[in-house]
Amino acid sequence: MERKQSFSRRFFLKTTSFAGALALIPPKAKALYTELKQRLIPTKEIMPLTVTINKKAYEVKADSRTTLLDLLRENLHLTGTKKGCDHGQCGACTVHIDGQRVLSCLTLAVMTTGKNVTTIEGLADGDKLHPMQQAFIECDGFQCGYCTPGQIMSAVACVNEGHTRSVAEIKEFMSGNLCRCGAYNGIVESIQKVAI
Amino acid sequence: MRPFIFTKPATADQALIKKTNQAQFIAGGTNLLDLMKKHIALPEELLDVTNALPAAITANTKGIRIDAMVRNSAIASQAEVLSQFPLLAKAVLAGASPQIRNMASTAGNLLQRTRCPYFYDTTVPCNKRIPGTGCSAMDGDNRMSAIVGYSNQCVAVHPSDMCIALAALEANVLVTGRDKKQHSIPFKDFHRLPGTTPQLDNNLPANAVITAVEIPGNRFQKNFAYVKVRDRDSYAFALISVAAALHMEAGVISEARLASGGVAHKPWRWYKAEQFLKGKKPSAENFRQAASIAVGETKPLANNKFKTVMLQGAIETALQNCLTA
Ligand SMILES: Cc1cc2nc3c(=O)[nH]c(=O)nc-3n(C[C@H](O)[C@H](O)[C@H](O)COP(=O)(O)OP(=O)(O)OC[C@H]3O[C@@H](n4cnc5c(N)ncnc54)[C@H](O)[C@@H]3O)c2cc1C
Ligand code: SF4
Ligand code: FES
Ligand code: FES
Repeated sequence: MERKQSFSRRFFLKTTSFAGALALIPPKAKALYTELKQRLIPTKEIMPLTVTINKKAYEVKADSRTTLLDLLRENLHLTGTKKGCDHGQCGACTVHIDGQRVLSCLTLAVMTTGKNVTTIEGLADGDKLHPMQQAFIECDGFQCGYCTPGQIMSAVACVNEGHTRSVAEIKEFMSGNLCRCGAYNGIVESIQKVAI
Repeated sequence: MRPFIFTKPATADQALIKKTNQAQFIAGGTNLLDLMKKHIALPEELLDVTNALPAAITANTKGIRIDAMVRNSAIASQAEVLSQFPLLAKAVLAGASPQIRNMASTAGNLLQRTRCPYFYDTTVPCNKRIPGTGCSAMDGDNRMSAIVGYSNQCVAVHPSDMCIALAALEANVLVTGRDKKQHSIPFKDFHRLPGTTPQLDNNLPANAVITAVEIPGNRFQKNFAYVKVRDRDSYAFALISVAAALHMEAGVISEARLASGGVAHKPWRWYKAEQFLKGKKPSAENFRQAASIAVGETKPLANNKFKTVMLQGAIETALQNCLTA
C-alpha cells in the first residue's frame, strides 16, 4: 500500500495527544514534578547498542530499561511486532533471536547486542510472502490480526523445530500464542500446510 | 521500571565481585523483568550472566551436570537427558511456553518467585513482598494456595515444574559464594518453607551464584510420569503437579519417588507414600492407598479443598502412568 500523506496516523496521534496533555498541566506543578522526579527517581542510564534486525545493523542509544519490543516499536518504528500483555503471557511480541523464538517483551534490548533478530517485517522476500504468511491468508489463520505477527513467528519456529507431527503436538507447541478471536483452527491448518 | 546500570561480566568471578544486594543477576529475564516492570524487584544494577556462566550438559559415570545457563528447551531435547532422566524432560516441557523455555535458564527456573496474585499486586499487604504487612491470601482468595507446609504468615506455592522433577530425582544445586567457596546443596534443602521468614524462598547464600545442577544416576528410565493439572491444557501454572518414578524388581516396587508442585512453598516430597509403596505390588489399590497417605498430610484452606481430591487423583494417575511410560 502506498502512503500518500507525509505524517502517519500513528505519528499524528502521538504528537497531538502529547501536546494536549502538556497544555493541561500548570507550569508550577510541572516544575515541582521535575524536581521531585529527579530526587526520587535515579537518573536514566542511556546505553549505546548494536543490534542486527532483519539482516540490517542498527546502532542506537537507548535507556537500559528498554525491552527489545519497545526498541522495535518505539525507537525503530518496526511496529509489526505487537504488544499484547507486556508480561510474557500472550505471545503477541514473539520474534526470533538467532533463529529461536523468544518473547521480545521480556528481553532487554541491551542483551541482544551482537545477536540476529528477525521480526515479522523480515519474513517476506520483497513482495513475495513467506509460505507461512501465505498459508495464514489461505487458511483464515486470523480475524482481527493483532496476534498474527506473533503467531506467524511462532509458527515458523514450530515448523523449524519439527513439532508438527500431530494436531495435538502443534497445539501444544503453539500454546504460547493466545488468539482472542479464536482463529486457532485456521492457525493449526496453516502450520500443517507449511509443514508438509 | 526503575532505572538501573547494566553490566555484562565476562566470567563467573567477575560476576561475583560485582554482586551486592542492589546488584542482581539476570539470565533469561523472564521472571526478573516481569517483577521489575511491576516494581516488585528494584535492582540498581543488573549483571547479565549469560556469557559469564557455562551452558553445557555433561554426563559422567555419577550422573549428569546441567550448567546454570542451559536453557529449559535445551534440557528437554538433550539426548542424555531423554535417555537417562526422561522425567526431567517431561516436567520441563510441561512448564511455560516454547518461547519462554527458549529463554529460561536452569538457575533462573530454580529462583523464580511465587505466582501468588497478592504478591504481584503492590496495592495489598503481602509478607513475602514486604515483611510484616500481613498475608492477603490467608483469608482472601486462596484457591491457588498451599495445602501443606504453610505458616500463618504465608500460604504461597512454589511455581516451577522443572524443580518438581529435580526434587524427585534428588538433584544437588552447585553454588559458589562471594568467598569463592563452592557448596553443593541437596535439592530438598534448597527451597524453604515460609515459617516466620516468608520473604526468603530458598537457602542460596547471600550474593552467591548458582553454577550448575547435578543429578545422580538412577534407575527410573522406564517407569516415570509427570502429571500436571491446571486451569487450561497448556501455558498455565499447576494447580497440582505430580512427578512419579518407580523401579521394579521381580514384580514389586523396590524404589519409589513422589513429589508435587502447587501444594507447598517448596517442591514437596511425599516420603510416607514413597515408603508405603516400597516392596508392594504396583496395583491400583496400592496406588490408591499411597495417594491417601499423601492426602492425609494436607490441610487445605477455605478455597482450595478441591486440591486434596485433585491430589488424590493426580497421584493415582501418575503412578498408573508410570506403568505405561
Ligand atoms: C507467562 C509465564 C508462564 C510461565 N509458566 C511456567 C510454568 O508453567 N512452569 C514453570 O516451571 N515456569 C513457568 N514460568 C516461569 C519461567 O520458567 C521462569 O520465569 C524462568 O525459568 C526463569 O528463568 P530466567 O533465566 O528467565 O530467570 P531470570 O528472570 O533471569 O532470573 C530469575 C532470578 O534468578 C536469579 N538468577 C538467575 N541466574 C542466576 C544464577 N546463575 N545464580 C544466582 N541467581 C541467578 C536472578 O537474579 C533472578 O532473581 C512462566 C513464566 C511466564 C512469564
Ligand atoms: S501467600 Fe505469601 S505471597 Fe501470597 S499474599 Fe500471603 S504472604 Fe504474600
Ligand atoms: S506482549 Fe510479550 S507475551 Fe504478551
Ligand atoms: S486474530 Fe484477533 S487475536 Fe488472533
